[in-house]
Amino acid sequence: MTNILEVSGASKSFGGVVANHNITLAVPRGRIVGLIGPNGSGKTTLFGSIVGYHAIDEGSVKFEKREISSLRVPEIARLGLLRTFQQTRIYGKMNCVQNMEISTSHVQESLWDMFRPLSAATTNKAEGLLDFVGLYQKRLLPAGELSFGQQKLLEFAMALMNEPKLLLLDEPTAGINPTLINGIIDRLKRANTEMGITLFVIEHNMRVIMDLADHIYCLAHGQILAAGAPAELRTDQRVIDAYLGGN
Amino acid sequence: MKQRLLYLLVAGGGALAPLVALDYIIQFSLLWMMIIFALTWDIAGGQMGYNSFGNILFFGVGCYAVVVIQRELFFDFNEYRNVTDLTPLSAVEYFWSFAIGSVVGAVLSVALAVLLGSGILGLRGHYFAICTLGLGVAAAEIASGWEFIGAGSGMVAPMFPGSPDGRGLFFYYLFFVLAVICFLSLRWLYSTRFGLALNAIRDDEDKAEAMGIHTTRYKTSAWCIAALFLSIAGAGFGQLNNFIDREVAFPGPTFGVWMVLMAILGGKGTLWGPVIGAVIFHVTQEVFWTYLFGWQRVAMGAFIVLIVVFFPQGIIGWLRNCWPERFGVRVDDDARSAQVSLRNEV
Amino acid sequence: MLSNLNILLDAPIVSGQLILDGILIGAIFALAAYGMAMVWGVMNIINIAQGEFVMLGGYVTLGLTALGLHPLATIPFSALALFGFGWLVYRLIIFRVVDKDLFISILATFGISIVLQQLANELFSADVQTVRSGMDTLFFADNMIVVNSIKLVGFVAALVLGGVLFLFLKTTRLGQAIRATAQNARAARIVGIDTHKVYSFTFALNAAICGAAGSLVVMTWVIHPYLGLPYTIRSFMIVIVAGLGNLLGVVAAGMSLGAAENFAGFILGTEYQAAFVFSLLVVILVVRNLLAKRRRQVLK
Repeated sequence: MTNILEVSGASKSFGGVVANHNITLAVPRGRIVGLIGPNGSGKTTLFGSIVGYHAIDEGSVKFEKREISSLRVPEIARLGLLRTFQQTRIYGKMNCVQNMEISTSHVQESLWDMFRPLSAATTNKAEGLLDFVGLYQKRLLPAGELSFGQQKLLEFAMALMNEPKLLLLDEPTAGINPTLINGIIDRLKRANTEMGITLFVIEHNMRVIMDLADHIYCLAHGQILAAGAPAELRTDQRVIDAYLGGN
Repeated sequence: MKQRLLYLLVAGGGALAPLVALDYIIQFSLLWMMIIFALTWDIAGGQMGYNSFGNILFFGVGCYAVVVIQRELFFDFNEYRNVTDLTPLSAVEYFWSFAIGSVVGAVLSVALAVLLGSGILGLRGHYFAICTLGLGVAAAEIASGWEFIGAGSGMVAPMFPGSPDGRGLFFYYLFFVLAVICFLSLRWLYSTRFGLALNAIRDDEDKAEAMGIHTTRYKTSAWCIAALFLSIAGAGFGQLNNFIDREVAFPGPTFGVWMVLMAILGGKGTLWGPVIGAVIFHVTQEVFWTYLFGWQRVAMGAFIVLIVVFFPQGIIGWLRNCWPERFGVRVDDDARSAQVSLRNEV
Repeated sequence: MLSNLNILLDAPIVSGQLILDGILIGAIFALAAYGMAMVWGVMNIINIAQGEFVMLGGYVTLGLTALGLHPLATIPFSALALFGFGWLVYRLIIFRVVDKDLFISILATFGISIVLQQLANELFSADVQTVRSGMDTLFFADNMIVVNSIKLVGFVAALVLGGVLFLFLKTTRLGQAIRATAQNARAARIVGIDTHKVYSFTFALNAAICGAAGSLVVMTWVIHPYLGLPYTIRSFMIVIVAGLGNLLGVVAAGMSLGAAENFAGFILGTEYQAAFVFSLLVVILVVRNLLAKRRRQVLK
């Protein structure tokens, strides 16, 4: 089992505040890995460092054995490493189908590809994925008019449209109606097994992440506190203390 | 089919207008030029979210390029400064130099768009707007100081080799055809991936980057396309006016700003919005010029403030709000009859 | 151009004159910039009509001195007149765009600047005019450096006005209300500050500052209807280089800009001085952005 992502000794500070300190972790290809930890533990910062949103102060980030810590966001995205945002981001004035159509992979794009008309195949795939997340009926609405939960689904669908190799999901069930969460867990699993996408998921909802992930890392105060299979972490006293604020 | 009829009407009306109202042919020519202004502004502005106040730069480059080429080919440098009546050019000489000058101007403008764009298109939001404002005015100031292109005295363009009526018709159809080509090109452009990418950049550039879109390529290309059409329009305008200086070539506080307002008035980010806005704006401007003369600029400034404060959604936006069934987005409710099975779970 | 450069190298005293003139006018630039920074910080509006307010202040002084008033005595009048004008402009137009997109407010203030510029052109003619203050010329360094005392007075006045403004914002209740609103408008409203009044006052105060600056400009230099846009651009440049909260930085940046302009005018020729100002804006913005990009930050 190879690792699709390897982070070694990554540290990031903002001003005087240390957000991540000496983080080392690995995400095996084809698996689902979770990242948990109390608020302010540096999870989103770590994602930001991995996708190139900001530079790390020290350490290395390797994607498919290739060092990416000095690359920019669009370049990393074109390598097949995508992420969804905590505050869901979609293209508000475009309708859902258009949001999807522009989310295809841009790797092969030459100058002439910019002017290609939109193919029926792309539109079909877009509609299919919208259907997959349950948004088919809303497909012609401007994305900005969807509810928060629907936008989250759209953002997820857009990521799938891109056929990434590794997808970083930042709290995919936050703000979602609890009755719909099972549907999301199911879709995430299907994306992993049917589409072969490796997932690295930040989650606060313990039920979700325990169900979803094969392996979990727990962050606290910017450092890795514990790592292991869901069953192990559930009973790990350090993890429990971190969440309950033990001394 | 209503669309087809509309296009036919506009095309037919445009083609036949000179026969009906020869007296107003200059005004009509300028109308088509204003339409080009609004459409080209909207490419980077309404569609892409990069609101430029400096597109007039490309217009002016086109103006000057032709006249400089004409001077270099046929005249002595000093004739342009001392003599107001130049030796007339033959028709062949005139049109060839016009064509060559237009091409040179276009190449220069596009090159400028690429070169300046590499730095300026990296700016976001209001920084981009104010930077381009500075760019447009800087161009005018440089033009008024640079001896090679006439400095403060400007340059005289050769006379059109034909009758005044012939001249009027030539320039009318030049601007008409250019406007039509511009419109149709943009209509095609917005139907391709390019259009989607521009809108994505407008709606959330960070997200577009995070999805791997080559934002720099799209931004630069958009500005280059605007530069191309503006440059040719400028080439024509310089010749039509027979005289160019910084006021004619780089009229920032008039054409430069009006480009922005025309698109907003009609409805930015749409295809017909800039066209409608240009028509209304041009007519208003002509009316003000006729009846207010000295105060027309004040009135135009007030008009701008009124549009921005009370009507920023533009005409198309207003139509969509008032009559959503006719102008809004149609959403169908039928479910997809596909094989994906999880549909019913949610 | 090269010959001008050589003069500077051969006779450093000429540089001294250029720098001195630059510093003196730069204080006035800084005053206008401080006002722009205040409006930007408090209500998130970039006032493109800033230069036109300066221009109008100058014309008030022009008018009053024609009636016999001493130029320096007109300063409070022009400040007051522009205060009222600014209040009016806010209540009629600006309040409608305060909470909108920044681009809309830029367009609105741009429209206002066009109206004011063209009004001035129609009412006062496009002539370049000035106001004689009848003050002595001072000579230094073997008559190589010349300073008209009015320029010194203008310099001191600008710094004093800036200082007064700074103290006002720091110590008075209204000043505190303004600063609170700048930091968090919603919170300010919650504690009972009438943000609408604060915005009106801030905008009017800015206009008053510009008015005073305009009076100083017409006394120490010249005035004409098209003075506005260069002043707006100068204010903007100073604000983005110095930052929004930094009075000393604004003063330093203003003086540096003044000196730089003079050097550019000398080396390139006065006909290119305006071109220099606008080109400098482009350069500053692009360079600043490139520097931020290297640190992977985007300026918003």
